[in-house]
Amino acid sequence: MEAASTTSARATPALGVARRRLGEDAIRGLLLLAALISILTTTGIVLSLAGEAWTFFQEVGVNDFLFGTEWSPIIKPQSFGVLPLVSGTFLVTAIALAVAIPLGLGSAIYLSEYATPRVRKVVKPVLELLAGVPTIVFGYFALTFFTPNLLIDILHFDVSVFNALSAGIIMGFMVIPTVASVSEDAMSAVPGSLREGSFGLGASRLQTSLRVVFPAALSGIVAAVVLGASRAIGETMIVLVAAGQIAELSADPRNPMYTMTSYIAAIGKGDLATGSLQYKTIFAVGALLFVITLVLNAISIRFVRRYRQVYE
Amino acid sequence: MRKWLALASAGVLAFGVAACGDDDSGNDATAGGGGEVSGEIVIDGSSTVGPFAQAAAELFNAENPDVEISVGTSGTGGGFEKFCAGETDISDASRPIKDDEEAPICKKNGVSYKEVTIANDGIAVVTNPAVEITCMTTGELKKLWNTGSKVSNYNQLNPDFPDVEVSLYGPGTDSGTFDFFTDVINGEEGVSRKEYQPSEDDNVLVQGVTGDEGGLGYFGFSYYEQNQDKLGLVEVDGGDGCVAPSTETIQDGSYKPLSRPLFMYPSEQSLADKPQVKAFMEFVLDNQEEIATASQIVPLTAAQLDEGKQQLKEAEAAAAAGK
Amino acid sequence: MTDVTAAALEQAAARGPIGASPGRARLRELGFKALLLSCLGASMLLLGTLLVTIGADGLSRVSLDFITEYPSIVADKAGIWPALLGTLWLMAVCAGFIIPVGVATAIYLEEYADSSRWYNRAIEVNIQNLAAVPSIVYGILGLAFLVRGPLSLGNVVLAGGLTLGLLVLPVVIIAGREAIRAVPPSIREGSMALGATQWQTIWRQVLPAAIPGVATGVILALSRAIGETAPLIMVGAAVFVTSEPDLMSRFSALPIQIFDWISRPSNDVNDYAALAAGGIVVLMILLLGMNAVAIWLRNRYEQKW
Repeated sequence: MEAASTTSARATPALGVARRRLGEDAIRGLLLLAALISILTTTGIVLSLAGEAWTFFQEVGVNDFLFGTEWSPIIKPQSFGVLPLVSGTFLVTAIALAVAIPLGLGSAIYLSEYATPRVRKVVKPVLELLAGVPTIVFGYFALTFFTPNLLIDILHFDVSVFNALSAGIIMGFMVIPTVASVSEDAMSAVPGSLREGSFGLGASRLQTSLRVVFPAALSGIVAAVVLGASRAIGETMIVLVAAGQIAELSADPRNPMYTMTSYIAAIGKGDLATGSLQYKTIFAVGALLFVITLVLNAISIRFVRRYRQVYE
Repeated sequence: MRKWLALASAGVLAFGVAACGDDDSGNDATAGGGGEVSGEIVIDGSSTVGPFAQAAAELFNAENPDVEISVGTSGTGGGFEKFCAGETDISDASRPIKDDEEAPICKKNGVSYKEVTIANDGIAVVTNPAVEITCMTTGELKKLWNTGSKVSNYNQLNPDFPDVEVSLYGPGTDSGTFDFFTDVINGEEGVSRKEYQPSEDDNVLVQGVTGDEGGLGYFGFSYYEQNQDKLGLVEVDGGDGCVAPSTETIQDGSYKPLSRPLFMYPSEQSLADKPQVKAFMEFVLDNQEEIATASQIVPLTAAQLDEGKQQLKEAEAAAAAGK
Repeated sequence: MTDVTAAALEQAAARGPIGASPGRARLRELGFKALLLSCLGASMLLLGTLLVTIGADGLSRVSLDFITEYPSIVADKAGIWPALLGTLWLMAVCAGFIIPVGVATAIYLEEYADSSRWYNRAIEVNIQNLAAVPSIVYGILGLAFLVRGPLSLGNVVLAGGLTLGLLVLPVVIIAGREAIRAVPPSIREGSMALGATQWQTIWRQVLPAAIPGVATGVILALSRAIGETAPLIMVGAAVFVTSEPDLMSRFSALPIQIFDWISRPSNDVNDYAALAAGGIVVLMILLLGMNAVAIWLRNRYEQKW
């Protein structure tokens, strides 16, 4: 194929075949190097966490850590069971995704299938503005506006001042632009011929959106959801301010809840001596979070790959 | 494609011009005339002492415009870590340096220092206005906050207290305020009841107490002062009668035991090598009253000021000797 | 001819599927549209409420003085100039890092990598995982390897910007991959058939078509980076500085300044809360400005296949 291209009609420089192949290889090498930066990052993270986490586990047994249900690293009697933090993370993330996925995908479908191009050009950036609000503002908004005014006064929920529900919902809204924008891009990229074919067969816009466009853009939509979920799991400030810091193994979102990330942030900013056992807990918790997200991501990638095969 | 590049380079140029254009306060030229100093001072540490350090830096910079001062708030522990690694000149601290964990690292890296007391901070015990308690003894506070406490209603502490369910708020377990409170009230650092709502941020605690009808909490005095209309104040009886916290009572020591000193730790190496650090520390002690008032912290007592100046003098002597 | 047909088809689609009773189908269509609109509406409503709450406190505080003054303990005199410059520098470094590296990685993974090889799959899982790591862990990473350790840059803008860049790089990579994947294979095949090499195809056909998606990724990435506090504090950003920052100098940043003000007790004499709100307004305007460039690029390179 490359031998024939020396007579190409385009104004490409008349490189010999051998030289062009070298250039191609060089470029491929450069790109691989860029991709390796992500591997370097992970190595760095693992190295920074593992060393201190290891010394932590010398003093606190791994079983006590992973399966204990009491998290009290500082107040005596000390206890290092991480399960309350893990359950807190999952509960708040679940609430956030329950808000972000429907609202995000709904907005995306609307913008891509129903809105006029002019509306889309204006609304999409405005929605992305939501992603730029500093998370501490979201946290204070949840604490000082959402909880007292909406949850307590208007909806009469029996929540405490710090509660996981408020933090989760507001976090969901913060994640919406990620889910909406990326999935909207994916849906917009679906060729118009698919839509027109569907209309031509007599389908309504509802049917076309859900049965033709959505599946065709599924890869992008799943990427959007995974990106949103990652954002939700890794979020610190909103939970730190609005969900309180009580580590309890409970499924009741009306109570305060401590998550792995808000714990790391709280201790990281605090006054503890950096060599103390209590400080080292942040490395152990950080390492655990890393492993959990790794497992979840490996599963989701497998899942996505199977779906992709059907539609491509 | 070409338009793209043109746009990008225009952007970079415009940015470069903007960034390089304004240069009036960015020089690190050598000392100007008239006793002014120049150079860099790096301060980091407690976020409680942070506003004090900032006010001091601002006032010092007004008299010495060639000095570049940066103040960080990585926390007392984070500050000491950087200090003992030789990365900062002065460490702000809301608690003394830990002899078992932090001091050895400083020693290992050859960083010697002196503890200089620079201000006082009071801890106020506050309640939701619905909880009408005017005074509590330290014994009652201990009963309420000690480890294993089962007190669930205020009238269990004292039959005169209102019949309201207890709902407690306080600083996070990793904060210096927590350490101090548990130490003076419960007798040992880190010993506390577990059933309370912690938060790192005192403004958040104010929000918590005001939103909860049975709320009682403790945090820095200045946060009570700024929210007096929303909070009830509990006077503390440390053995000599009920005393309310105020600048005067904290300064003269009658508000006890909930009044604690705040520190700055200059490194002796910086004092010796950087005249601007020496000038800064002297400036801080000479003007500590103005700085403390500006940053809503309580100034030193006369006795503390003398002691502070002594500590600084010793540090400077040690630095000069070691140089 | 095609336009007329497309429009007619859309009108037919709005009427509902053939065979279904027209009334009920119409209702279902309208119901669905209303549902979608309410999804969008809820997000907009929250954004509006947020902006109004912030704007009410903050707009009055924003003035030329506010922007050009240095921070001060006296709230009336305080300004955000060094913090603003710091954030601009950080964003420049961050964008300068994530755009080439993110796009390059996305191109490699989509166009060159053989996904049956284990190391390419490892890179994929890796990137997705990095998107979920909390920002403070990136702070620890930056402190250990950029500020100290192998690179030993010190507590400078470059270290801060790179730390933020590493934090948000996965967003650019993932969005970029989706954008590249969405380019129809026929475009690539046509280009190859005309004799272009793989790189020429990518550079001249695929990338320009993928710009809108990449732009979205960059917008989302920078939006996240501009508001981050925790990693910057670990990397040594100051709350207070007395001079303008440089690539290799100490620095402050808007979110850190805002965070400092928001944590202070506020009263009528020193209304730090209003300062914080003003800072947030400036931050949002800055963000809009940054996004505007990317949005312009996105609109210009938009293509309908």
